[in-house]
Amino acid sequence: MERLKLVLQYFQSNSESISNGICIVLALVSVKLYTSFDFNCPCLPQYNKLYSLGVMVVPPIILFFLGVLINRHTGVMMDEWMRPVGNRSKNPAVVKYLFSAMLQRALLAPMVWILVTLLDGKIFICAFSVSVDPGFLGAPNNTDLDMIRIMAKVPCKEDVIFRNSSFRKAVSRYVRCYSQAVGWSVLLFLIILGALGRLIKPCFDDHAGFLQTRYWSNYLDVEQKLFDETCVLHARDFARKCVVQFFEDMREDTVLRFPHPSVVCNHKEGWEEEEEERLHGVTRQKQMDELLNKWYYSKPELDVTRMAHRPRACVTWEDRHGRTLYSDV
Amino acid sequence: MDKFRMMFQFLQSNQESFMNGICGIMALASAQMYSAFEFSCPCMPEHNYSYGIGLLVVPPIWFFLLGFVLNNNVSVLAEEWKRPTGRRSKDSTILRYMFCSITQRSLIAPAVWVSVTLMDGKSFLCAFSIDLDIERFGNYSFVRGMSETEKFKLLARIPCKDLFEHQELRVAASRYIKCISQACGWMFLLMMTFTAFLIRAIRPCFTQAAFLKTKYWSHYIDIERKMFDETCKEHAKSFAKVCIHQYFENISGEMQSLHRHHANKDDREEDDRSDEDKLLGIRAQDDMNKVLWNWHTCKPALALRKDQMDDDNEKLNGRINGAVNGLANGHAHNVEKKEWAVYYSKV
Repeated sequence: MERLKLVLQYFQSNSESISNGICIVLALVSVKLYTSFDFNCPCLPQYNKLYSLGVMVVPPIILFFLGVLINRHTGVMMDEWMRPVGNRSKNPAVVKYLFSAMLQRALLAPMVWILVTLLDGKIFICAFSVSVDPGFLGAPNNTDLDMIRIMAKVPCKEDVIFRNSSFRKAVSRYVRCYSQAVGWSVLLFLIILGALGRLIKPCFDDHAGFLQTRYWSNYLDVEQKLFDETCVLHARDFARKCVVQFFEDMREDTVLRFPHPSVVCNHKEGWEEEEEERLHGVTRQKQMDELLNKWYYSKPELDVTRMAHRPRACVTWEDRHGRTLYSDV
Repeated sequence: MDKFRMMFQFLQSNQESFMNGICGIMALASAQMYSAFEFSCPCMPEHNYSYGIGLLVVPPIWFFLLGFVLNNNVSVLAEEWKRPTGRRSKDSTILRYMFCSITQRSLIAPAVWVSVTLMDGKSFLCAFSIDLDIERFGNYSFVRGMSETEKFKLLARIPCKDLFEHQELRVAASRYIKCISQACGWMFLLMMTFTAFLIRAIRPCFTQAAFLKTKYWSHYIDIERKMFDETCKEHAKSFAKVCIHQYFENISGEMQSLHRHHANKDDREEDDRSDEDKLLGIRAQDDMNKVLWNWHTCKPALALRKDQMDDDNEKLNGRINGAVNGLANGHAHNVEKKEWAVYYSKV
């Protein structure tokens, strides 16, 4: 539990690592999705290829869209791109940086899906078993189905025509071997691409400019989060003042306050004063009923200026020569 | 147990993450319900289609309505919609925004059910086995001799393993239908994700400023409601305390002066009041019996006495208050109240 907490804290420490964390979670989700998906090859010549390529292509598109959706940077980037210039100049480099970061992260889960399907091999077997040359591996010829149909049935293990022959296993193994070769090549290609990109980029890039872009894109993210948080806190204070002002408006008596020298301002002490404050001057059943009624039929306007800027008495002490000793002003 | 507690604390930290948590739980519940549900196709031509499609369509509707029921914001939305305008104008964009966000969250569990059902394929198999063309799976001569109804009856039995004799035909047909079902499932997921992508990622191109405004005010309405409930609760507590206090005093006939001049009044809490004070003037058995008896037979009116509440300024304000109270009592609702305050400032 402690380790999990530490890991979560590390990932939440800054926005970049949150995005990385989400990206990795999505990649794990894609692996889990593949293992729990019940791949069901139709084993019919016309439909095998269509089904397999569909399963290889459509889920990555879905995962890509999900990756773009879940990423916080998408919102930040769109805001920065679409906003009017106003008092703050726009920096296209920041938008480009955010876009490329978002794209890279969104592409991870689809790549993981494609690699897992290639390395597992089921999809290739389903798609390309028809294209294998049957004479190569010794096909059974004791059925009256034509060859294409037999080859199309290779991905389906339970079929009765393959019961006593090792032909099916031979074809599967052959196609799977191709599939895994393709998978490993793709992985190698991606890694080399990444490594080259990392090594060569400093030669072409302006590192100082890059530091600036990275700083300002992080800044935009943090600024948006803080704005949202401040709005939430503000709404809370606004609501509290509005409600208290509504209660106070239902007070019945006018209160005369004379600052009497022998009675200091807070003459009521102890719990009585707290209780009275909480009562906000509403002390009778009829008042309370009316207050509740009014809350529904005539909600107060959204203006807490009176409450927020309540006038208070300011006192200035002067000695007999007219010099200011103390002043509230 | 600890893990659950931590998870609940995290989810309850704010309203949004709480609703997201409920959403996630419902999605998991719908997947779990599907796997726990024992699908049993009737295998009869008249009933297969309704059973199969019914199972695909009815539980999502149920989950959607359940999402509305579990969402707290539905009552906030209904209240904001029905309230009279009064002094606060109504903004229809806020209502639309709240409705959209509630609907979006409620759509997740039904979507999960539909995609899990389509990926599994059993309901499509049950519904569409009758429409199969057997020729496509091989050379099955026994079918050609049958009449239409017999053919339908035979095809309807395909989803049931133990009722259908020709295993290879059954396996081939169920594989074919399952493959179509999964294709539909993936297309459905693609469509939902693409729609969500359009809504979320492309929206800032249009009404961003208005969106910020509606988001703020819809959150405000929710918080204001909570604040009002909290303030009412605090008020009720204070009301009850003072009311009971005054009731005891009425019975005992004594005026309790709770007023104390303490040097450090901030440190003082209720519990520091001496035992003498806590008696509230009731010292005899008869008095206590009277208190208990009257509490049932003759509860006090819900009206707190003002003069009890500012006892030190009785001489100054008590009489004035009493007079003003008398005048103001009947008119407080209609008259705009004026707050009198004298500014004593020697500048």
